[in-house]
Amino acid sequence: MASLKYTDQHEWVAVDGDTATVGITDYAQGQLGDVVFVELPDEGKSFAMGDQAAVVESVKAAAEVYAPISGEIVEVNEALNGKPELVNEDAIGDGWFFKISIDDETELDSLMDEKEYREFVKGLG
Amino acid sequence: MTDVVTLTGNRGLDLEEKLIFEQDKAGRTAVDLPEPERHDNRLGPARRTRPIGLPGLSEPQVVRHYVRMSRNNYAIDAGIYPLGSCTMKHNPRLNEKMARQPGLADIHPLQPQGTVQGAFALMHELAHWLAELTGMPAVALSPAAGAHGELTGLMAIRSALEARGDARRVVLVPESAHGTNPASAHMCGYEIESVAATARGRVDLAAMKARLAPDVAAVMITNPNTCGLFEDDMAEISAAVHAAGAFVYCDGANFNAIVGRVRPGDLGIDAMHLNLHKTFSTPHGGGGPGAGPVTLSKALAPFAPLPYVVREGEGFRLVEQAGETGAHPYGRMKGFHGQFGVFVRALSYMMSMGSDGLRQASADAVLNANYLRARLQGTMSLSYEGPCMHEVLFDDHFLADTGVSTLDFAKAMIDEGVHPMTMYFPLIVHGAFLIEPTETEGRASLDLLADLMLGLAKRAKAKEVAFFKDSPKLAPRRRLDETRAARNPVLRWMPPAPKAAAE
Repeated sequence: MASLKYTDQHEWVAVDGDTATVGITDYAQGQLGDVVFVELPDEGKSFAMGDQAAVVESVKAAAEVYAPISGEIVEVNEALNGKPELVNEDAIGDGWFFKISIDDETELDSLMDEKEYREFVKGLG
Repeated sequence: MTDVVTLTGNRGLDLEEKLIFEQDKAGRTAVDLPEPERHDNRLGPARRTRPIGLPGLSEPQVVRHYVRMSRNNYAIDAGIYPLGSCTMKHNPRLNEKMARQPGLADIHPLQPQGTVQGAFALMHELAHWLAELTGMPAVALSPAAGAHGELTGLMAIRSALEARGDARRVVLVPESAHGTNPASAHMCGYEIESVAATARGRVDLAAMKARLAPDVAAVMITNPNTCGLFEDDMAEISAAVHAAGAFVYCDGANFNAIVGRVRPGDLGIDAMHLNLHKTFSTPHGGGGPGAGPVTLSKALAPFAPLPYVVREGEGFRLVEQAGETGAHPYGRMKGFHGQFGVFVRALSYMMSMGSDGLRQASADAVLNANYLRARLQGTMSLSYEGPCMHEVLFDDHFLADTGVSTLDFAKAMIDEGVHPMTMYFPLIVHGAFLIEPTETEGRASLDLLADLMLGLAKRAKAKEVAFFKDSPKLAPRRRLDETRAARNPVLRWMPPAPKAAAE
């Protein structure tokens, strides 16, 4: 898997050919606390970069998950419907949210890389 | 003390109570009526074919059950209840006496209007007080509670915009607004866009102005906001919003801080709900119901929902149909006229306090919050410097590296016999502690709260993690597994399996 890209809304993006897998970062799951519910988008639905695509609810808060790039949802992680704890247990693995087609590759360039995201999180302290 | 084991499971006055269904014994009943003589059942297919599963109980069992349950409540009548943005103030008993008068308690909303003139006079008078206090000309009394009021106000805004052929698309909601605001705007068919807060915890005026465009229908602002701070750019925000052809909605949940001191209408606000169950002392927090009347500016007044009371000659009349006046109501928000019993209590409070008393109460509420701020800010981390309004906001920076969270701190407060403050809201600060003492509390109870919070902060800073993680230790129940409750909620009692199989 190629290295991950990050948004300032704490989504991670893993590019695989012409689709990208999206989830929330380990930092985000830690801030939210125990995740109790995830609302996923419908497959086939299109989003523009920055649109609200999913909702994640924890014991502390409900938070929006935004489409990090423009595209169409090609697959969602159905496993989250019965096991939302996957987001806490393995945020950047089994806790992925959805796969989205990559409509415009240049949008990926505006995202942060691992090092930039780490710096960004440090700045939030 | 905690390790005493009793045969009954009861702990002195702390009584262990089974669910009412678990106390079921077939044949027990309070009122034993004879079987009716033969009769024709005319219910057709709706006819009952099997028991409906109500538990068999005697009257004293039922009474004891609910009395025992009620003893597990923590209420404003039992002690300090500093839940932020909730204004848990004392509910004067005079209000209850007024609301229980037969002429007010025993009337029906479908009675002929000539027989309920007193009730209409009361509603008219209440609307007058609300209009005077807000400086806004029209009042819709019917909304059932705060969020319902938000929707009412937004629907008036939508109606006004549609009337000029320009419905628009977006509602701007600052980060410092109440959480229900975006939900109400969404329900009214608008897209929500967030507006950032400044380092001072207020709306970023420049960011707001930059976003104002012809697609913006309204801006929703909570003032004082959920950081307990007065939005001091309010008049300028309103002017900019109006210049862009949009309307200003104000969430009035925190009105208790400014009653008799600021008239929202003077700040350019077009619609605002008032939580009678907060500001005007009617019961809430499980006791309810609430009531969320909406006051409307001159521009929105023609779009107020039905029904409303008007004075006609010597009497009063309900306007219930569109076309009765020159206005353009968008319909009804509720079956009848609103939460009438709450209206009685709120007006009783207003009239017994008087306008001078209401003005004094808001000052005392602000003074109390600032007293707590002054006592706690040296130890806990105050989120925004300077005086606050009716509530004071701390975050969890003072707990950094202690291993103790805001939640742990709140649980330990339960053992101290107080209701914890609002926690983890607002979201714009980390691990929020939002404390609203209201004017109800005197110096002694404010000191009690401050002392116990300072004591707990000291233990947290000494890293007594086990003490906190184990809290509450003295409540009827220990710490509940909130995660499991949310992931696998058990919402309904089911009879034990063997019994179900035998039926």
